[in-house]
Amino acid sequence: MRLIADREVCIGAGMCALTAPDVFDQDEREGRVVLLTEVPGPESIEAAEEAVQLCPSGALSVERD
Amino acid sequence: MTDTDIPHGIPLDRETPFDPPAAVMALHRGAEMRRMTYYPSGHLGWLVTSHRLARKVLADTRFSSRMGGPAQAPVPMAGLEAYADFEGDFPVTPGMFIEMDPPDHTRLRRKLTGVFTVRRMKQLEPRIEQFVEERLDALAAGPNPVDLVREFALPVPSLMICELLGVPYDQRDRFEADTATIFTMDGGAEAKEAAFGRLYAFITELSVAKRAEPADDLLSDLAADTELDDAEVAGMAMLLLIAGHETTAKMIALGTMALLENRDQWDLLRERPELMAGGVEELLRYLTIIHTGIIRQVKTDFEFEGHQIKAGECVTVSVQTANRDEAHFIEPDQLDVTGDAKGHLTFGHGVHQCLGQQLARIEMRIAFSRLIARFPDLRLAVPADEVPLRTDQNFYGVGELPVTW
Ligand code: HEM
Ligand code: SF4
Repeated sequence: MRLIADREVCIGAGMCALTAPDVFDQDEREGRVVLLTEVPGPESIEAAEEAVQLCPSGALSVERD
Repeated sequence: MTDTDIPHGIPLDRETPFDPPAAVMALHRGAEMRRMTYYPSGHLGWLVTSHRLARKVLADTRFSSRMGGPAQAPVPMAGLEAYADFEGDFPVTPGMFIEMDPPDHTRLRRKLTGVFTVRRMKQLEPRIEQFVEERLDALAAGPNPVDLVREFALPVPSLMICELLGVPYDQRDRFEADTATIFTMDGGAEAKEAAFGRLYAFITELSVAKRAEPADDLLSDLAADTELDDAEVAGMAMLLLIAGHETTAKMIALGTMALLENRDQWDLLRERPELMAGGVEELLRYLTIIHTGIIRQVKTDFEFEGHQIKAGECVTVSVQTANRDEAHFIEPDQLDVTGDAKGHLTFGHGVHQCLGQQLARIEMRIAFSRLIARFPDLRLAVPADEVPLRTDQNFYGVGELPVTW
C-alpha cells in the first residue's frame, strides 16, 4: 500500500497526527498534513488506515498495489 | 407521509440526564433521513439521524454553512418571531468562518490551523496542568460542598483560551455571561444581539490595543497579519473566545457527573489512568453535548439518497443519534471507557470539523485525570435528579454541579 495526502484539501484538523503519529505530522505554519512516510511499516498500517478513515476533509487516500 | 410524521424541530426534553430524548431516538429508528419543519419560518427542510448519512452530509460542501440565521432554527425558540419572513442568507460577521464556505472559509481557517496542531497543543500541556492543579488546590482549601462548574469546569478552559488569545482573564465578566446568553436559545433576539454587540466591542478594543502594543499571543499575531482587516481579526478572535470555553466547560461538568453516576467507570479510570485518552473520546460520544445538531443549507437542487433536495432547504444533522447508531458503534447506549468511540461526530466532520478539538481533548484529559486522582471519593452533594440540567442552550449540560468529598 502507498499513502497519498492532498495538502490542498487538508483543513488541518489533526486527526491523522493524533491517530497515527508515526506516519503523519502537520507543518508548523498552517498545520497541513505532512506524510512522514508513504509506505508505513507493518506496526503502523492499522493506525494509518484508521487515520485515512477519520480524516474529515477527505485529504487522505490509500493506493493498493 | 402524514403531518404527524414531520417533526417540528428537534425534540429536546429528556427522560434521563445522559441519553438523547426518547423522541429523537424514535425518529432515528424510523428513518435515516426525513422531513422536518424549521422555526419560525415554518419552512420544510430535513433531519438526518444516522451515522452514515451524518458523515456523508458533513463531508459534502454542497451542504453550505451559509444560513438563513434566526429565520431557520432547528428548534422552536422564543423571540425569533420577528424573523419569520426573512429570506436569503443572513449576513455573516466578518471573520466568523464557521458560517462560511470554501474558499472564504479555507483562507481564514488556515490562518489558525498552524496554532492548533496536535504538536502545538501538546506543548500547552504543562500550562493546562498548572491551571488544573491551581483550581484543585483552591477546591481542596475552599468550602465543601461546592459547585464544580463555577470552581473548576468553567475556569480551566476559560483560563486557557484567555492565555492563548491574550485576553485578560480578570476581564472574564466581559465575556463569560455574554457567551452564555448567545448560546441560550430562548434568550430572545434582542438580548442576544446586545450580548453579541458587547462582546464584539470588547474584542475590537483588545485587538486595537494589541496592534499598538503587540504581545506574545494569538490576538497580537492576528492583528499584525496584513492579509486580515480589523473586522476579520475581531470576528476570528470572537469565534475562538466563544467556541473555546463554554463547550469544554459543559463537557468537563457533564462528563464528571456521568462518571460519578457510573461509579465503576470512575473507578476504572482511577485504577488505570492510561485509559483516559479513550475515556475522553467515549464521554464525547456518549454525552454528545451538541444536542441541537449541526445545521446546513443547500444552495442548488440535487438528489441525495433518493430524496429531491431543493435550494434554500435546511438540513440538520442530529449528531446525538449518529453517536448512538448501532450500525456504527457496539452497545452505543452504554458508557464504556474501554470501548471504541472512534468515528464519533461530536467535533463534527468535513471542512468545519472543530478547530479546537486537540485543545479540548487535552483539557478534558488533564481535568478528569487530576480530579479523579486528587478527589477519588468525590460524589454528588444532591440527589442526581436535583442537578439542574440545561436543555435550553445550544450545548447540553448541567447548570451547576454540587459536589462533596
Ligand atoms: C468539547 C468541546 C468542543 C466541542 C464539543 C466542539 C464542537 C464543535 C463542532 C461540532 C464544530 C463544527 C461546527 C460545524 O460543522 O458547523 C466546531 C467548530 C469549531 N470549534 Fe469547536 N468544539 C469544542 C471545543 C472548542 C475549542 C476549545 C475551541 C477553540 C479553542 C473551538 C473552536 C472551534 C472553531 C473555531 C470552530 C469552527 C471551525 C470551522 O468552521 O472551520 N472548539 N466545534
Ligand atoms: S486528518 Fe485530514 S484534514 Fe486533518 S490534518 Fe490530517 S489530512 Fe489534514
